[in-house]
Amino acid sequence: MSSASTSRIAWASVTPALLWTLVFFVVPFVAMGVMSLHPKAGEGASLAAYAQFFTNPSYWHALINSLEVTLIVTVISVLLAYPFAWILAFMVPERWQRLALMLAVLPFWTSYVVRSYSWLLVLAEKGVVNSTLVNLGLLSEPIQIANTRTATVIGFVHFFVMLLTLTIYANLKQLSPNYRKAATDLGASGFQTFIHVILPLTLPGIMVGAFLTFVLAIGDYITPQILGGNNELLMPQLIMMQIGRRGDFASASALSLILMAVVTLAYLACARWLKIERA
Amino acid sequence: MTRALAIVYALLLYGFIFLPVAVLVLFSFQGTLFPIPPFNGPSLRWYAAVLGDARLTAGLGNSVVVALLSSAVATLLGFLSAWGFARFHLPASAFLRGLITLPLTVSYLIIGMGLLIFFNWIGLPKSLVAAGIGHVVINLPLCFAIIYSQMGDHQANIERAARDLGASEAKVLLLITAPIMWPALFASFFLSMTFSWDEFVISFLLTRFETTLPVEIWNLLRAGLNPKTNAVGAMVFGVSIILAIVFELTAFRKRPQ
Repeated sequence: MSSASTSRIAWASVTPALLWTLVFFVVPFVAMGVMSLHPKAGEGASLAAYAQFFTNPSYWHALINSLEVTLIVTVISVLLAYPFAWILAFMVPERWQRLALMLAVLPFWTSYVVRSYSWLLVLAEKGVVNSTLVNLGLLSEPIQIANTRTATVIGFVHFFVMLLTLTIYANLKQLSPNYRKAATDLGASGFQTFIHVILPLTLPGIMVGAFLTFVLAIGDYITPQILGGNNELLMPQLIMMQIGRRGDFASASALSLILMAVVTLAYLACARWLKIERA
Repeated sequence: MTRALAIVYALLLYGFIFLPVAVLVLFSFQGTLFPIPPFNGPSLRWYAAVLGDARLTAGLGNSVVVALLSSAVATLLGFLSAWGFARFHLPASAFLRGLITLPLTVSYLIIGMGLLIFFNWIGLPKSLVAAGIGHVVINLPLCFAIIYSQMGDHQANIERAARDLGASEAKVLLLITAPIMWPALFASFFLSMTFSWDEFVISFLLTRFETTLPVEIWNLLRAGLNPKTNAVGAMVFGVSIILAIVFELTAFRKRPQ
Protein backbone atom coordinates (compact mmCIF):
# COMPACT_ATOMS: atom_id res chain seq x y z
CA MET A 1 0.00 0.00 0.00
CA SER A 2 1.47 3.35 -1.03
CA SER A 3 1.94 5.97 1.64
CA ALA A 4 -0.31 8.36 -0.29
CA SER A 5 -3.27 5.98 -0.12
CA THR A 6 -2.43 5.18 3.52
CA SER A 7 -2.66 8.80 4.41
CA ARG A 8 -5.89 9.16 2.40
CA ILE A 9 -7.44 6.33 4.38
CA ALA A 10 -6.13 7.72 7.66
CA TRP A 11 -7.67 11.12 7.03
CA ALA A 12 -10.90 9.61 5.72
CA SER A 13 -11.34 7.72 8.99
CA VAL A 14 -10.75 10.63 11.36
CA THR A 15 -12.34 13.45 9.35
CA PRO A 16 -16.03 12.69 10.06
CA ALA A 17 -15.50 12.86 13.83
CA LEU A 18 -13.30 15.95 13.55
CA LEU A 19 -15.79 17.69 11.28
CA TRP A 20 -18.67 16.85 13.59
CA THR A 21 -16.80 18.31 16.56
CA LEU A 22 -15.80 21.36 14.57
CA VAL A 23 -19.25 22.12 13.12
CA PHE A 24 -21.43 21.21 16.09
CA PHE A 25 -19.16 22.09 18.98
CA VAL A 26 -16.43 24.59 18.08
CA VAL A 27 -18.50 26.72 15.68
CA PRO A 28 -21.51 26.96 18.06
CA PHE A 29 -19.08 27.92 20.78
CA VAL A 30 -17.69 30.72 18.65
CA ALA A 31 -21.26 31.73 17.70
CA MET A 32 -22.02 31.99 21.42
CA GLY A 33 -18.99 34.23 21.90
CA VAL A 34 -20.05 36.48 19.01
CA MET A 35 -23.61 36.53 20.34
CA SER A 36 -22.45 37.59 23.80
CA LEU A 37 -20.77 40.65 22.26
CA HIS A 38 -23.85 41.76 20.34
CA PRO A 39 -26.61 42.45 22.85
CA LYS A 40 -28.65 44.44 20.33
CA ALA A 41 -29.24 43.16 16.82
CA GLY A 42 -27.84 45.40 14.12
CA GLU A 43 -25.57 47.33 16.44
CA GLY A 44 -21.82 47.10 16.87
CA ALA A 45 -20.00 44.92 19.37
CA SER A 46 -20.26 45.84 23.04
CA LEU A 47 -19.42 44.38 26.40
CA ALA A 48 -22.82 45.37 27.80
CA ALA A 49 -23.86 41.78 28.47
CA TYR A 50 -20.72 41.24 30.58
CA ALA A 51 -21.00 44.65 32.26
CA GLN A 52 -24.51 43.70 33.30
CA PHE A 53 -23.14 40.68 35.14
CA PHE A 54 -20.66 42.69 37.17
CA THR A 55 -22.96 45.61 37.94
CA ASN A 56 -26.26 43.86 38.65
CA PRO A 57 -25.98 42.24 42.12
CA SER A 58 -28.69 39.67 41.41
CA TYR A 59 -26.46 38.38 38.59
CA TRP A 60 -23.22 37.92 40.41
CA HIS A 61 -25.04 36.68 43.48
CA ALA A 62 -26.10 33.75 41.32
CA LEU A 63 -22.42 32.95 40.79
CA ILE A 64 -21.68 33.31 44.51
CA ASN A 65 -24.64 31.05 45.32
CA SER A 66 -23.44 28.51 42.78
CA LEU A 67 -19.93 28.50 44.20
CA GLU A 68 -21.20 28.19 47.78
CA VAL A 69 -23.62 25.37 47.02
CA THR A 70 -21.06 23.51 44.91
CA LEU A 71 -18.35 23.76 47.58
CA ILE A 72 -20.72 22.64 50.35
CA VAL A 73 -21.89 19.74 48.20
CA THR A 74 -18.36 18.68 47.30
CA VAL A 75 -17.13 18.73 50.91
CA ILE A 76 -20.16 16.89 52.35
CA SER A 77 -20.08 14.32 49.55
CA VAL A 78 -16.39 13.53 50.06
CA LEU A 79 -16.82 13.27 53.83
CA LEU A 80 -19.79 10.91 53.50
CA ALA A 81 -18.38 8.85 50.64
CA TYR A 82 -14.90 8.17 52.01
CA PRO A 83 -15.90 6.03 55.02
CA PHE A 84 -18.50 4.28 52.89
CA ALA A 85 -15.92 3.43 50.22
CA TRP A 86 -13.56 2.30 52.99
CA ILE A 87 -16.15 -0.05 54.44
CA LEU A 88 -16.95 -1.46 51.00
CA ALA A 89 -13.28 -1.92 50.10
CA PHE A 90 -11.85 -3.28 53.35
CA MET A 91 -14.65 -4.58 55.56
CA VAL A 92 -17.10 -6.20 53.16
CA PRO A 93 -15.99 -9.71 52.12
CA GLU A 94 -14.36 -9.69 48.67
CA ARG A 95 -17.04 -11.72 46.89
CA TRP A 96 -19.85 -9.46 48.09
CA GLN A 97 -18.17 -6.21 47.07
CA ARG A 98 -19.37 -6.15 43.49
CA LEU A 99 -22.93 -6.73 44.61
CA ALA A 100 -22.61 -4.06 47.32
CA LEU A 101 -21.41 -1.55 44.74
CA MET A 102 -24.12 -2.43 42.25
CA LEU A 103 -26.68 -1.98 44.99
CA ALA A 104 -25.29 1.48 45.77
CA VAL A 105 -25.61 2.50 42.11
CA LEU A 106 -29.02 0.94 41.54
CA PRO A 107 -31.24 3.93 42.46
CA PHE A 108 -29.39 6.09 39.94
CA TRP A 109 -30.71 4.05 37.05
CA THR A 110 -33.89 6.07 37.13
CA SER A 111 -33.76 9.28 35.10
CA TYR A 112 -32.01 12.30 36.55
CA VAL A 113 -35.16 14.43 36.38
CA VAL A 114 -37.19 11.74 38.12
CA ARG A 115 -34.57 11.36 40.84
CA SER A 116 -34.76 15.05 41.71
CA TYR A 117 -38.55 14.82 41.70
CA SER A 118 -38.31 11.85 44.11
CA TRP A 119 -36.46 14.03 46.59
CA LEU A 120 -39.23 16.58 46.28
CA LEU A 121 -41.68 13.84 47.32
CA VAL A 122 -39.52 13.07 50.34
CA LEU A 123 -38.90 16.66 51.40
CA ALA A 124 -42.25 18.29 50.57
CA GLU A 125 -44.28 20.02 53.27
CA LYS A 126 -46.55 16.99 53.59
CA GLY A 127 -43.89 14.58 52.36
CA VAL A 128 -42.46 11.50 54.02
CA VAL A 129 -39.84 13.26 56.18
CA ASN A 130 -42.15 15.92 57.54
CA SER A 131 -45.09 13.62 58.20
CA THR A 132 -42.86 11.07 59.92
CA LEU A 133 -41.24 13.67 62.15
CA VAL A 134 -44.62 15.20 63.03
CA ASN A 135 -46.17 11.80 63.74
CA LEU A 136 -43.27 10.91 66.00
CA GLY A 137 -43.81 14.16 67.83
CA LEU A 138 -40.34 15.45 66.97
CA LEU A 139 -41.85 18.42 65.15
CA SER A 140 -44.99 20.28 66.08
CA GLU A 141 -45.55 21.38 62.51
CA PRO A 142 -43.88 20.65 59.15
CA ILE A 143 -40.72 22.59 58.33
CA GLN A 144 -39.95 23.88 54.88
CA ILE A 145 -37.14 21.98 53.21
CA ALA A 146 -38.33 21.84 49.61
CA ASN A 147 -37.60 25.04 47.69
CA THR A 148 -34.63 25.89 49.86
CA ARG A 149 -30.89 25.62 49.42
CA THR A 150 -30.92 22.65 51.81
CA ALA A 151 -33.06 20.68 49.35
CA THR A 152 -30.67 21.47 46.49
CA VAL A 153 -27.73 20.36 48.61
CA ILE A 154 -29.46 17.11 49.63
CA GLY A 155 -30.33 16.30 46.01
CA PHE A 156 -26.77 16.96 44.87
CA VAL A 157 -25.13 15.11 47.77
CA HIS A 158 -27.29 12.07 47.01
CA PHE A 159 -25.93 11.88 43.47
CA PHE A 160 -22.31 12.73 44.23
CA VAL A 161 -21.95 10.42 47.23
CA MET A 162 -22.62 7.60 44.78
CA LEU A 163 -20.13 8.95 42.24
CA LEU A 164 -17.41 9.61 44.81
CA THR A 165 -17.93 6.26 46.51
CA LEU A 166 -17.13 4.61 43.18
CA THR A 167 -14.01 6.74 42.57
CA ILE A 168 -12.65 6.42 46.09
CA TYR A 169 -13.43 2.70 46.20
CA ALA A 170 -11.46 2.19 42.97
CA ASN A 171 -8.60 4.14 44.52
CA LEU A 172 -8.55 2.17 47.75
CA LYS A 173 -8.60 -1.11 45.88
CA GLN A 174 -5.60 -0.10 43.80
CA LEU A 175 -3.44 0.35 46.90
CA SER A 176 -1.27 -2.58 47.71
CA PRO A 177 -2.38 -4.19 51.01
CA ASN A 178 1.32 -4.15 51.94
CA TYR A 179 1.09 -0.48 52.89
CA ARG A 180 -1.45 -1.24 55.57
CA LYS A 181 0.45 -4.31 56.74
CA ALA A 182 3.72 -2.40 56.95
CA ALA A 183 2.11 0.43 58.91
CA THR A 184 0.51 -2.04 61.33
CA ASP A 185 3.77 -3.97 61.72
CA LEU A 186 5.54 -0.75 62.58
CA GLY A 187 3.01 -0.19 65.36
CA ALA A 188 0.60 2.30 63.82
CA SER A 189 -2.95 2.23 65.09
CA GLY A 190 -5.78 1.94 62.57
CA PHE A 191 -6.37 5.67 62.77
CA GLN A 192 -2.66 6.52 62.37
CA THR A 193 -2.44 4.22 59.37
CA PHE A 194 -5.35 6.06 57.82
CA ILE A 195 -4.05 9.59 58.46
CA HIS A 196 -0.39 9.02 57.60
CA VAL A 197 -0.52 6.28 54.97
CA ILE A 198 -3.84 5.67 53.24
CA LEU A 199 -5.20 9.21 53.11
CA PRO A 200 -2.11 10.74 51.46
CA LEU A 201 -2.00 7.89 48.96
CA THR A 202 -5.66 8.32 47.98
CA LEU A 203 -5.59 12.12 47.93
CA PRO A 204 -4.98 12.41 44.16
CA GLY A 205 -7.99 10.20 43.48
CA ILE A 206 -10.12 12.22 45.88
CA MET A 207 -9.06 15.42 44.13
CA VAL A 208 -10.11 14.06 40.75
CA GLY A 209 -13.47 12.97 42.16
CA ALA A 210 -13.99 16.28 43.96
CA PHE A 211 -13.15 18.23 40.84
CA LEU A 212 -15.58 16.13 38.80
CA THR A 213 -18.23 16.83 41.44
CA PHE A 214 -17.51 20.54 41.25
CA VAL A 215 -17.73 20.66 37.46
CA LEU A 216 -20.89 18.58 37.18
CA ALA A 217 -22.70 20.30 40.05
CA ILE A 218 -21.95 23.87 39.06
CA GLY A 219 -23.28 23.30 35.53
CA ASP A 220 -26.45 21.46 36.53
CA TYR A 221 -29.83 23.07 35.98
CA ILE A 222 -32.20 20.25 36.97
CA THR A 223 -31.45 19.75 40.66
CA PRO A 224 -31.53 23.44 41.74
CA GLN A 225 -34.57 24.14 39.59
CA ILE A 226 -36.65 21.23 40.89
CA LEU A 227 -35.49 21.18 44.52
CA GLY A 228 -34.30 24.69 45.22
CA GLY A 229 -36.99 26.48 43.27
CA ASN A 230 -36.73 30.11 42.34
CA ASN A 231 -36.18 31.61 45.80
CA GLU A 232 -32.46 31.62 45.29
CA LEU A 233 -31.04 31.37 41.78
CA LEU A 234 -27.91 29.47 40.80
CA MET A 235 -25.99 30.26 37.61
CA PRO A 236 -27.61 27.62 35.35
CA GLN A 237 -31.05 28.78 36.48
CA LEU A 238 -30.16 32.39 35.73
CA ILE A 239 -28.88 31.37 32.29
CA MET A 240 -32.04 29.42 31.46
CA MET A 241 -34.13 32.31 32.70
CA GLN A 242 -32.42 34.66 30.23
CA ILE A 243 -33.55 32.52 27.29
CA GLY A 244 -36.86 31.32 28.64
CA ARG A 245 -38.49 34.45 29.95
CA ARG A 246 -36.60 37.17 28.18
CA GLY A 247 -35.25 35.66 24.97
CA ASP A 248 -31.99 37.42 25.80
CA PHE A 249 -29.42 35.27 24.03
CA ALA A 250 -26.59 37.74 24.43
CA SER A 251 -26.92 37.71 28.19
CA ALA A 252 -27.36 33.92 28.30
CA SER A 253 -24.21 33.52 26.19
CA ALA A 254 -22.19 35.91 28.32
CA LEU A 255 -23.27 34.14 31.52
CA SER A 256 -22.46 30.72 30.03
CA LEU A 257 -18.98 31.88 29.08
CA ILE A 258 -18.44 33.36 32.54
CA LEU A 259 -19.48 30.05 34.09
CA MET A 260 -17.07 28.21 31.80
CA ALA A 261 -14.29 30.61 32.73
CA VAL A 262 -14.91 29.87 36.42
CA VAL A 263 -14.69 26.13 35.80
CA THR A 264 -11.50 26.62 33.79
CA LEU A 265 -9.98 28.72 36.58
CA ALA A 266 -10.89 26.03 39.10
CA TYR A 267 -9.22 23.49 36.84
CA LEU A 268 -6.04 25.54 36.56
CA ALA A 269 -6.04 26.16 40.31
CA CYS A 270 -5.95 22.45 41.07
CA ALA A 271 -4.34 21.21 37.84
CA ARG A 272 -1.24 19.99 39.62
CA TRP A 273 -3.33 17.58 41.69
CA LEU A 274 -5.37 16.50 38.74
CA LYS A 275 -3.41 13.98 36.79
CA ILE A 276 -6.33 12.49 34.95
CA GLU A 277 -4.88 9.34 33.50
CA ARG A 278 -5.41 8.40 29.89
CA ALA A 279 -5.46 4.79 28.93
CA MET B 1 -17.18 -1.95 68.17
CA THR B 2 -15.64 -0.53 64.98
CA ARG B 3 -17.39 -3.27 63.09
CA ALA B 4 -20.80 -2.40 64.53
CA LEU B 5 -20.21 1.26 63.78
CA ALA B 6 -19.30 0.43 60.20
CA ILE B 7 -22.42 -1.66 59.72
CA VAL B 8 -24.62 1.13 61.11
CA TYR B 9 -22.91 3.68 58.87
CA ALA B 10 -23.24 1.54 55.75
CA LEU B 11 -26.91 0.86 56.47
CA LEU B 12 -27.58 4.57 57.01
CA LEU B 13 -25.96 5.42 53.69
CA TYR B 14 -27.83 2.70 51.85
CA GLY B 15 -30.97 4.08 53.47
CA PHE B 16 -30.13 7.58 52.23
CA ILE B 17 -29.36 6.29 48.75
CA PHE B 18 -32.55 4.23 48.50
CA LEU B 19 -34.98 6.56 50.30
CA PRO B 20 -36.14 8.66 47.32
CA VAL B 21 -36.49 5.79 44.89
CA ALA B 22 -38.37 3.71 47.46
CA VAL B 23 -40.78 6.59 48.08
CA LEU B 24 -41.12 7.11 44.32
CA VAL B 25 -42.03 3.51 43.63
CA LEU B 26 -44.27 3.10 46.68
CA PHE B 27 -46.41 6.15 45.87
CA SER B 28 -46.65 5.24 42.20
CA PHE B 29 -49.16 2.68 43.54
CA GLN B 30 -51.07 5.36 45.42
CA GLY B 31 -54.83 5.05 45.11
CA THR B 32 -55.62 8.70 45.79
CA LEU B 33 -54.68 11.98 44.09
CA PHE B 34 -51.49 12.89 45.93
CA PRO B 35 -48.24 10.92 46.28
CA ILE B 36 -47.86 11.80 49.96
CA PRO B 37 -48.55 9.86 53.15
CA PRO B 38 -50.74 8.12 54.10
CA PHE B 39 -50.38 5.41 51.48
CA ASN B 40 -53.71 4.22 50.04
CA GLY B 41 -53.19 1.35 47.75
CA PRO B 42 -51.91 -0.51 45.98
CA SER B 43 -53.58 0.71 42.83
CA LEU B 44 -52.50 0.61 39.21
CA ARG B 45 -54.61 3.60 38.15
CA TRP B 46 -51.61 5.87 37.59
CA TYR B 47 -49.85 3.32 35.44
CA ALA B 48 -53.02 3.14 33.35
CA ALA B 49 -53.00 6.95 33.22
CA VAL B 50 -49.41 6.95 31.94
CA LEU B 51 -50.10 4.37 29.24
CA GLY B 52 -53.18 6.32 28.20
CA ASP B 53 -51.25 9.59 27.92
CA ALA B 54 -50.45 10.12 24.24
CA ARG B 55 -47.78 12.75 24.96
CA LEU B 56 -45.86 10.45 27.30
CA THR B 57 -46.00 7.45 25.01
CA ALA B 58 -44.95 9.62 22.05
CA GLY B 59 -42.10 11.02 24.18
CA LEU B 60 -41.05 7.48 25.03
CA GLY B 61 -40.97 6.52 21.33
CA ASN B 62 -39.06 9.69 20.43
CA SER B 63 -36.52 9.05 23.19
CA VAL B 64 -35.90 5.52 21.95
CA VAL B 65 -35.43 6.66 18.33
CA VAL B 66 -33.16 9.59 19.26
CA ALA B 67 -31.11 7.38 21.59
CA LEU B 68 -30.70 4.59 19.03
CA LEU B 69 -29.79 6.82 16.09
CA SER B 70 -27.55 9.27 17.94
CA SER B 71 -25.72 6.42 19.67
CA ALA B 72 -25.23 4.62 16.35
CA VAL B 73 -23.73 7.77 14.79
CA ALA B 74 -21.57 8.50 17.84
CA THR B 75 -20.28 4.92 17.98
CA LEU B 76 -19.57 4.83 14.23
CA LEU B 77 -17.70 8.17 14.22
CA GLY B 78 -15.91 7.24 17.44
CA PHE B 79 -14.85 3.88 16.02
CA LEU B 80 -13.57 5.25 12.70
CA SER B 81 -11.61 8.05 14.34
CA ALA B 82 -10.22 5.82 17.11
CA TRP B 83 -9.03 3.38 14.47
CA GLY B 84 -7.50 6.15 12.34
CA PHE B 85 -5.61 7.67 15.27
CA ALA B 86 -4.47 4.30 16.63
CA ARG B 87 -3.24 2.84 13.32
CA PHE B 88 -1.74 5.77 11.46
CA HIS B 89 0.73 8.49 12.34
CA LEU B 90 -1.21 11.65 11.73
CA PRO B 91 0.28 15.12 12.12
CA ALA B 92 -0.84 16.95 15.29
CA SER B 93 -2.42 13.70 16.46
CA ALA B 94 -2.44 14.63 20.15
CA PHE B 95 -4.03 17.99 19.43
CA LEU B 96 -6.73 16.49 17.20
CA ARG B 97 -7.51 13.76 19.73
CA GLY B 98 -7.79 16.47 22.36
CA LEU B 99 -10.21 18.32 20.11
CA ILE B 100 -12.49 15.29 19.81
CA THR B 101 -12.57 14.78 23.59
CA LEU B 102 -12.99 18.48 24.37
CA PRO B 103 -16.82 18.47 24.68
CA LEU B 104 -16.44 16.17 27.73
CA THR B 105 -15.23 19.15 29.75
CA VAL B 106 -18.16 21.44 28.94
CA SER B 107 -21.53 21.25 30.68
CA TYR B 108 -24.55 20.06 28.68
CA LEU B 109 -26.26 23.38 29.31
CA ILE B 110 -23.51 25.30 27.53
CA ILE B 111 -23.32 22.80 24.64
CA GLY B 112 -27.09 23.08 24.22
CA MET B 113 -26.97 26.85 24.36
CA GLY B 114 -24.25 27.04 21.69
CA LEU B 115 -26.23 24.71 19.41
CA LEU B 116 -29.42 26.69 19.98
CA ILE B 117 -27.71 29.89 18.85
CA PHE B 118 -25.95 28.16 15.96
CA PHE B 119 -29.12 26.42 14.68
CA ASN B 120 -31.01 29.69 15.01
CA TRP B 121 -28.36 31.33 12.92
CA ILE B 122 -28.31 28.73 10.10
CA GLY B 123 -32.10 28.39 10.19
CA LEU B 124 -32.40 24.79 11.42
CA PRO B 125 -35.70 24.64 13.33
CA LYS B 126 -36.03 23.12 16.79
CA SER B 127 -36.63 19.40 16.32
CA LEU B 128 -35.71 15.90 17.38
CA VAL B 129 -32.97 15.97 14.71
CA ALA B 130 -31.43 19.03 16.39
CA ALA B 131 -31.54 17.27 19.77
CA GLY B 132 -30.06 14.12 18.19
CA ILE B 133 -27.15 16.15 16.81
CA GLY B 134 -26.56 17.50 20.30
CA HIS B 135 -26.59 13.97 21.73
CA VAL B 136 -23.92 12.91 19.25
CA VAL B 137 -21.81 15.91 20.36
CA ILE B 138 -21.91 14.78 24.00
CA ASN B 139 -21.45 11.06 23.27
CA LEU B 140 -18.82 11.10 20.52
CA PRO B 141 -15.94 11.99 22.90
CA LEU B 142 -16.98 9.18 25.19
CA CYS B 143 -17.19 6.61 22.38
CA PHE B 144 -13.88 7.77 20.99
CA ALA B 145 -12.16 7.55 24.38
CA ILE B 146 -13.52 4.08 25.15
CA ILE B 147 -12.70 2.59 21.75
CA TYR B 148 -9.34 4.33 21.43
CA SER B 149 -8.25 2.96 24.81
CA GLN B 150 -9.01 -0.57 23.61
CA MET B 151 -7.06 -0.39 20.35
CA GLY B 152 -4.09 -2.66 21.01
CA ASP B 153 -1.11 -3.74 18.94
CA HIS B 154 -2.10 -7.37 18.66
CA GLN B 155 -5.20 -6.27 16.75
CA ALA B 156 -2.99 -4.26 14.39
CA ASN B 157 -1.08 -7.47 13.59
CA ILE B 158 -4.25 -9.34 12.72
CA GLU B 159 -5.31 -6.45 10.50
CA ARG B 160 -1.91 -6.52 8.78
CA ALA B 161 -2.27 -10.22 8.15
CA ALA B 162 -5.68 -9.69 6.53
CA ARG B 163 -4.29 -6.89 4.40
CA ASP B 164 -1.35 -9.07 3.28
CA LEU B 165 -3.86 -11.69 2.24
CA GLY B 166 -5.46 -9.15 -0.04
CA ALA B 167 -8.37 -7.72 1.97
CA SER B 168 -9.31 -4.16 1.08
CA GLU B 169 -9.19 -1.54 3.84
CA ALA B 170 -13.00 -1.48 4.09
CA LYS B 171 -13.05 -5.27 4.40
CA VAL B 172 -10.42 -5.17 7.14
CA LEU B 173 -12.46 -2.68 9.14
CA LEU B 174 -15.74 -4.49 8.68
CA LEU B 175 -14.64 -8.12 8.93
CA ILE B 176 -11.60 -7.93 11.22
CA THR B 177 -11.44 -4.79 13.35
CA ALA B 178 -15.13 -4.35 14.15
CA PRO B 179 -15.62 -7.97 15.34
CA ILE B 180 -12.46 -7.85 17.49
CA MET B 181 -13.53 -4.52 18.96
CA TRP B 182 -17.08 -5.67 19.58
CA PRO B 183 -17.00 -5.35 23.41
CA ALA B 184 -15.71 -1.77 23.21
CA LEU B 185 -18.22 -0.92 20.48
CA PHE B 186 -21.02 -2.41 22.51
CA ALA B 187 -19.95 -0.57 25.66
CA SER B 188 -19.78 2.73 23.74
CA PHE B 189 -23.14 2.22 22.14
CA PHE B 190 -24.74 1.22 25.41
CA LEU B 191 -23.29 4.11 27.41
CA SER B 192 -24.34 6.54 24.69
CA MET B 193 -27.85 5.10 24.80
CA THR B 194 -27.96 5.60 28.55
CA PHE B 195 -26.78 9.21 28.37
CA SER B 196 -29.05 10.09 25.46
CA TRP B 197 -32.02 8.40 27.10
CA ASP B 198 -31.52 10.41 30.28
CA GLU B 199 -30.44 13.70 28.72
CA PHE B 200 -32.72 16.62 29.52
CA VAL B 201 -31.30 20.08 29.02
CA ILE B 202 -30.17 19.75 25.38
CA SER B 203 -33.50 18.21 24.35
CA PHE B 204 -35.31 20.90 26.33
CA LEU B 205 -33.47 23.67 24.48
CA LEU B 206 -33.50 22.13 21.00
CA THR B 207 -36.96 20.56 20.59
CA ARG B 208 -40.37 22.15 20.42
CA PHE B 209 -43.53 20.19 19.59
CA GLU B 210 -42.18 16.69 19.39
CA THR B 211 -39.89 15.99 22.27
CA THR B 212 -38.22 13.31 24.37
CA LEU B 213 -39.44 11.58 27.51
CA PRO B 214 -37.34 13.53 30.06
CA VAL B 215 -38.79 16.79 28.68
CA GLU B 216 -42.33 15.40 28.84
CA ILE B 217 -41.68 14.33 32.43
CA TRP B 218 -40.40 17.83 33.13
CA ASN B 219 -43.67 19.22 31.72
CA LEU B 220 -45.59 16.95 34.10
CA LEU B 221 -43.69 18.44 37.03
CA ARG B 222 -45.41 21.79 36.47
CA ALA B 223 -48.54 20.16 37.88
CA GLY B 224 -46.68 19.65 41.18
CA LEU B 225 -46.64 16.36 43.06
CA ASN B 226 -48.61 13.83 41.06
CA PRO B 227 -48.69 10.02 41.31
CA LYS B 228 -48.63 9.89 37.51
CA THR B 229 -45.10 11.31 37.57
CA ASN B 230 -44.24 8.59 40.09
CA ALA B 231 -45.62 5.95 37.76
CA VAL B 232 -43.58 7.19 34.77
CA GLY B 233 -40.49 7.43 36.95
CA ALA B 234 -40.97 3.93 38.30
CA MET B 235 -41.40 2.60 34.76
CA VAL B 236 -38.22 4.33 33.54
CA PHE B 237 -36.46 2.88 36.57
CA GLY B 238 -37.71 -0.63 35.77
CA VAL B 239 -36.64 -0.45 32.13
CA SER B 240 -33.20 0.94 33.06
CA ILE B 241 -32.61 -1.86 35.55
CA ILE B 242 -33.47 -4.49 32.96
CA LEU B 243 -31.05 -2.83 30.51
CA ALA B 244 -28.35 -2.67 33.20
CA ILE B 245 -28.73 -6.38 33.90
CA VAL B 246 -28.53 -7.18 30.19
CA PHE B 247 -25.39 -5.06 29.95
CA GLU B 248 -23.87 -6.72 33.00
CA LEU B 249 -24.54 -10.17 31.56
CA THR B 250 -23.21 -9.45 28.07
CA ALA B 251 -20.48 -6.81 28.11
CA PHE B 252 -18.67 -7.58 31.35
CA ARG B 253 -18.76 -11.33 31.06
CA LYS B 254 -15.27 -12.66 30.50
CA ARG B 255 -15.12 -14.02 27.00
CA PRO B 256 -12.77 -16.72 25.79
CA GLN B 257 -9.69 -15.27 24.17
